[in-house]
Amino acid sequence: MTNSIAEIAGADFILAIGTNTTETHPVIALQVKKAKREGATLVVADPRRTGMADLAQVHLQLKSGSDIAMLNAMANVIINEGLYNKEFVDTRTKGFEALKETVAKYTPEHVEELTGIPADTMKQVARGYANAKNASILYTMGLTQHICGTHNVFAVANLAMLCGHIGKPNSGVNPLRGQNNVQGACDMGALPGVFTGYQSVTSDEVRAKYAKAWGINDLPAKPGLTVGDMLDAAGKNVKGMYIMGENPVLSDPDADHVVHALEKLDFLVVQDIFLTETARLADVVLPATSFAEKDGTFSNTERRVQRVRQAIDPVGNARADWQIVSDVATAMGYPMDYNSTAEIFDELASVTPSYAGISYDRLEEGGLQWPCPTPDHPGTQYLHKDKFVGGIGNFSAVEYIPPAELPDQEYPFVLSTGRRYYHYHTGTMTMRTGALEVHYGTESLEINPADACKLNIAEGDMVRVKSRRGQVEVKANLTEVVPPGMVFTSFHFPEVPINKLTNSMKDPICKIPELKVCSVSIEKVS
Amino acid sequence: MSTITLTVNGQKVTVPAGSTILEAAESIGISIPTFCHEPSLPGVASCRICVVETKGSKKLSPSCMTVAKEGMEVQTESPAVVEARQTILELILANHPMDCLTCDKNGACKLQDYAFQYGVKEAGFTGVKHQYDIEDDNPYIIRDMKKCILCGKCVRTCAEADRNVIDFAHRGFNTKVAPPMDVTLGDSDCVYCGRCVTVCPVGALTIKSLAGKGRTWEIEKKDIICTFCEKGCSFELNVKNNKVIAVTPGTPAEGRPLCLKGRLGLELLHCEEPVKPQIKRDGQFVEVSWAEALGLDQVLAKINNLERK
Amino acid sequence: MAEVTLTINGIEVTVPQGTTILQAAEKLGFFIPTFCYDPELTRPGSCRICAVEVEKAKNLTVSCATAAKNGMVVHTDSPAVIESRKTILELLLANHPEDCLTCGRNGDCRLQDYAYMYGVREAGFVGEKHAFEIEDENPFIIRDMNKCILCGKCIRMCDEIQGNNVIDFAYRGFRTKVATSMDTPLSDSNCVFCGNCVAVCPVGALQEKGLRAAARTWEVKKVKTTCPYCGTGCSFELNVKDNRVVGVTSCDGDANGRALCVKGRFGYGFIHHPDRLKQPLIRKDGQLVEATWEEAIGLVAVKLGGIKRENGADALAVLSSARCTNEDNYLLQKLTRVVFGTNNIDHCARL
Repeated sequence: MTNSIAEIAGADFILAIGTNTTETHPVIALQVKKAKREGATLVVADPRRTGMADLAQVHLQLKSGSDIAMLNAMANVIINEGLYNKEFVDTRTKGFEALKETVAKYTPEHVEELTGIPADTMKQVARGYANAKNASILYTMGLTQHICGTHNVFAVANLAMLCGHIGKPNSGVNPLRGQNNVQGACDMGALPGVFTGYQSVTSDEVRAKYAKAWGINDLPAKPGLTVGDMLDAAGKNVKGMYIMGENPVLSDPDADHVVHALEKLDFLVVQDIFLTETARLADVVLPATSFAEKDGTFSNTERRVQRVRQAIDPVGNARADWQIVSDVATAMGYPMDYNSTAEIFDELASVTPSYAGISYDRLEEGGLQWPCPTPDHPGTQYLHKDKFVGGIGNFSAVEYIPPAELPDQEYPFVLSTGRRYYHYHTGTMTMRTGALEVHYGTESLEINPADACKLNIAEGDMVRVKSRRGQVEVKANLTEVVPPGMVFTSFHFPEVPINKLTNSMKDPICKIPELKVCSVSIEKVS
Repeated sequence: MSTITLTVNGQKVTVPAGSTILEAAESIGISIPTFCHEPSLPGVASCRICVVETKGSKKLSPSCMTVAKEGMEVQTESPAVVEARQTILELILANHPMDCLTCDKNGACKLQDYAFQYGVKEAGFTGVKHQYDIEDDNPYIIRDMKKCILCGKCVRTCAEADRNVIDFAHRGFNTKVAPPMDVTLGDSDCVYCGRCVTVCPVGALTIKSLAGKGRTWEIEKKDIICTFCEKGCSFELNVKNNKVIAVTPGTPAEGRPLCLKGRLGLELLHCEEPVKPQIKRDGQFVEVSWAEALGLDQVLAKINNLERK
Repeated sequence: MAEVTLTINGIEVTVPQGTTILQAAEKLGFFIPTFCYDPELTRPGSCRICAVEVEKAKNLTVSCATAAKNGMVVHTDSPAVIESRKTILELLLANHPEDCLTCGRNGDCRLQDYAYMYGVREAGFVGEKHAFEIEDENPFIIRDMNKCILCGKCIRMCDEIQGNNVIDFAYRGFRTKVATSMDTPLSDSNCVFCGNCVAVCPVGALQEKGLRAAARTWEVKKVKTTCPYCGTGCSFELNVKDNRVVGVTSCDGDANGRALCVKGRFGYGFIHHPDRLKQPLIRKDGQLVEATWEEAIGLVAVKLGGIKRENGADALAVLSSARCTNEDNYLLQKLTRVVFGTNNIDHCARL
């Protein structure tokens, strides 16, 4: 997020794209509701009529995967009507002319059919966004899990830069991160191309710095494989895998492919708190502790580093993840003998400029938002003030491309996947709480009553959902949350492993899979 | 020393021969509720809340007095045990005031703990309730016999100190812990050492200097050893919001009198607002100086005399 | 900003205009009891327990909703004030169950606190008592409307913070009750069980089902930590009894204030679930069997070391975790880059 969570309440125009915030980030949604109570306009772009859409003054019920067309059309209106922030565009950005040229053909009328949104509505929203004093764009995976996910984000950034709605309080581009420490895992360099703080592995200078800090001669310079590429290479170039706290068998697209890939490995280590679907395939399973049994820090979606504190002894013989990793390193001839997580934090802060000013002592007083470069720096509430982190803001003129798989005669429905309010990710935790799964214990497939009627499907009927990659059976839930032609379910439930069906086609830039659109057929199980 | 091995809740445990079932269970971290049991006092097994099920035995056995035997198989929370405990609690509660709201023992009361643990929300029986007056005619101990569950620990600890001020009086429903002739403590030979208060599991006996000053969970207890004489009795500082609000008697150990003099002296030393001491004169409590209460007035007079000379 | 000066219990205090008497008194460290007042919510001034005496005023004045004025002379504990508070407590207790004995909120209850403080031992009035059924058919929240004192904080929390408007006052007079529309159980309403109403309930009317059955407030140790679910980073307190997490309660978080969602507040049960892995497992003859840490770590080191030797460092790949801590992730990427010698590390940031 370029802003802080609390700043959302200070926006007078909120454009939420592909985020069902009330279900996936309920506490952030409270700030959206607060803004609305204080008079803000809320516009929600989502193919489904979600809880967020119900809250909105305007629901842009766009067709799945048509985000760029819609966003470019808005840019078109803003430029054509001269609503953009000329001073901001002149002083802080480059590439405006190219953008202008590209979006010229995306008139609201032209994309009306493609997006399914009336041209007038698009114009109104564009004007509202441009004229707002403080405008905040929120988005989650509904925007990014497409083969054009990166371009979707560019299109969003274009809008914000056009109107100068970034680099100030309450106004910015705010991706809401889906997992407790996905921000931190990225910050910590659990990515193939960067060390901590996004320092590139291809830079000789950076590698030299880390080699010195870690007391070795050299570090690998070639960027590594992403999750998807690892699984594709499993059994071929990749022979051994070490998986800590992830369950790709349920979370990744095309589940059968994932299982085959992991089975082909010579050796698989899984470190987790439960014997997950992935751990069952392992050669060695290492029992880790839950968040309640260890010390550490999480970095939330607003870049706030906060303490995790040990409340109880480890369950059974489980050990904290950092201790297990240290033991493995030591056993492989590189001794790691940290006495506490504070010691590890001090080390990571010393090599990570954005974390350099943060310490456990300071965190006792409350969380700190990076960048926090020095011990007396108060942390950074919002990014890009006066100057973009990268210097000048680049408009990226992006073109609409259709989803990789479009409905056809054989597979006439669009399947989208996502989360439910009562559950989390692959259900490893939320299916074992004695409460959440009691209240919301079985999954269903959202299908529009009109479609259900045609297929002779009644509420609660079991239906078979089939794609080119696999099939699952699930109970039907007739609802107008989904438009005709679309079905939706979550990936939380092991009994409904919907990722057997999803498409593993990826965005070529950031390798995000297109989990939000694939084509399926629906039939009633007789 | 010879040992025996038994099973408690499926767990094997080896204990010295002669250990009770209760001791064996506690040695492996299994807790069993008790009211009348106090390790330092003779056992009576009268309250029956500690009963457990032993395989082959027709009746439930009081674990505090039943010696563990080789090969015994004990269940401490079986349905029969739980039912027995619930019934005992219901019977006790049928004659207990429902005033946890303002009771000074709220939060440190075994009756409350077990009622919560076994989900006994109400008496379950209706009948006559005791209507005794709360006895607070002495400056040190409040007795509310409506709350007494007749475990008898106060009686035994008083006897242990060779005082024998109190015992069971009357019969049946009218049974009551009382000094001879059922007079008040103030009219008895009681010296207010307060050891009876330390063993009382409920709100029947409380220390007057703490009354109304704070609930048990607001008060932190700190052990302190009295140094007024060579006995070295243990007392507890009662700290609330970083202030010592009272000193209460600690564990009565053998031969340690826990005397009132020691307790009041410690209150004088540690409390910001110590209660004024009182001494009984002609059957009436009257406020006196600390010097007099601590028996120092004669010493002080001598010192003053010396100074004058 | 304009300021006003007033006298509270004989002490002069200057506060910004618009400050309530309650806030001014708290600034001086004077305690005033409150039921319906919450600093984050609107102030109906309905419970009257915070009433104080203002000289020259005819009636006692509600301190939470009355702005301090220049020259006011306020007494927060005068005999009239104490008498009024005692009467309010007696009236509340006249229609309140006497079951602190097993109430899950025993020790964490303002009604109890004030009854103790003002020595109100019993109701003082006899009359009809509510006999509502206790509502506990959902797995999260127990509602015992017999214990409700109608302060309305739950209603305002649900409306003003949570924005869901699930509950409001229903019926009239003695029969007034906090209810969902049509007085259905919560599970038949559009309640999302965030439990934020429970967090502000001053008595035992709303209780966390698991927590309040497992422990009384004085038995738990509270440890402030960060929620393990979504990326919001809510702070809360784990309630620990006998080395077990028995519940979650709100504290004041940087990202969330006191608000939590159903997962954060009620989704802690996995910590002690019997399925938790408690011992390393090694695959032997196709089966995963228990092993010691030494065996397991040794085998990992030998096997991964062997693959690296035979196929090169890039034959190893690592998936780190968006659910583990920064420290865990830092060490795992260090292990990957330093010991394994590859940049093949990623995690599910895209899922």
